[in-house]
Amino acid sequence: MAKIKGDIVINTERCKGCEVCLAACPFTVIAMSKEVNSKGYHFAMKVNHECTGCTNCALVCPDGVITVYRAKVETE
Amino acid sequence: MEEQFAKTEIHKPENIVYKKSDLMVDRPLSYCPGCGHGTAHRMLMEVIEEMDISDKTIGVSPVGCSVLAYDFLNIDMLGAAHGRAPALATAIKRMWPNHFVFTYQGDGDLAAIGTAETIHACNRGENITIIFINNGIYGMTGGQMAPTTLPGMRSSTSPYGRDVPTMGHPLKITELIAQLPGVYYVTRQAVHTPNNVRKTKKAIRKAFELQKENKGLCFIEIVSNCNSGWKMTPVQSNKWMEENMFPFYVLGDIKVDGKLIEMTK
Repeated sequence: MAKIKGDIVINTERCKGCEVCLAACPFTVIAMSKEVNSKGYHFAMKVNHECTGCTNCALVCPDGVITVYRAKVETE
Repeated sequence: MEEQFAKTEIHKPENIVYKKSDLMVDRPLSYCPGCGHGTAHRMLMEVIEEMDISDKTIGVSPVGCSVLAYDFLNIDMLGAAHGRAPALATAIKRMWPNHFVFTYQGDGDLAAIGTAETIHACNRGENITIIFINNGIYGMTGGQMAPTTLPGMRSSTSPYGRDVPTMGHPLKITELIAQLPGVYYVTRQAVHTPNNVRKTKKAIRKAFELQKENKGLCFIEIVSNCNSGWKMTPVQSNKWMEENMFPFYVLGDIKVDGKLIEMTK
């Protein structure tokens, strides 16, 4: 059976930790990290595998740090 | 293990469904975390990329937070004096009628200092696109009261809230210019939720398509947050904007195809 899987890649160095993507994600895939990036911001990161590649987080990200992938994956 | 396999399957260039537009210069935006400017920039550049008009688009950035737009947008940009972007855009459009010209202005610039230029450019029906970011405050200079500040809203020059008898009413400049016959398309959008971002992109696309057809001036207001100026977190400020700004600045089309849309309120 084919299933739609999504994934996000976050450019953590550019993330400013505004948390707008957290509110936009329908599956709570994103959470804020405990550590900080070189600018001192807590960055967004992916915490589970529920992503469907809906692009909501990437659309609202003011700094455009999120790249979204989506593919059909064959599962048994 | 299964997830590892899935990742290598998914992470291929052909599977990318969304990434930052190539027309955005690859450098960190100078805006505050959570500011709507970044999203508005990105939508604008996506439209220009999709229409493949990057080599014949000229943007005019005025004074305010948006003055730095020329650092981030990889197209031809000009800086105008405070509030004079529509006047400069008029000149550019008349010199190069086949080029796409847009201005990208904030509320202090467009609705206060550049009111005369804005209204006259709109009244002449110049064939340009004006993108107006309304956050109800002078963001760059430290959160002073702007003409668009809501009644009772606190800013650094109205610390007890905007008092209408002494400080006047907020200015709905978008409704004001929608009355002018030279204006063809007027809309008000926002960029705080995915749905609104998509609508904003559609509106910008429509404005550029209309500019191609020489229909007249297109005016897009984007109600945005200024979390630093409002002294809130980005998520709080988006919520505050929904609760307080949207009842006053109602989202939606105001003028389509040169005809005013009847407002229910």
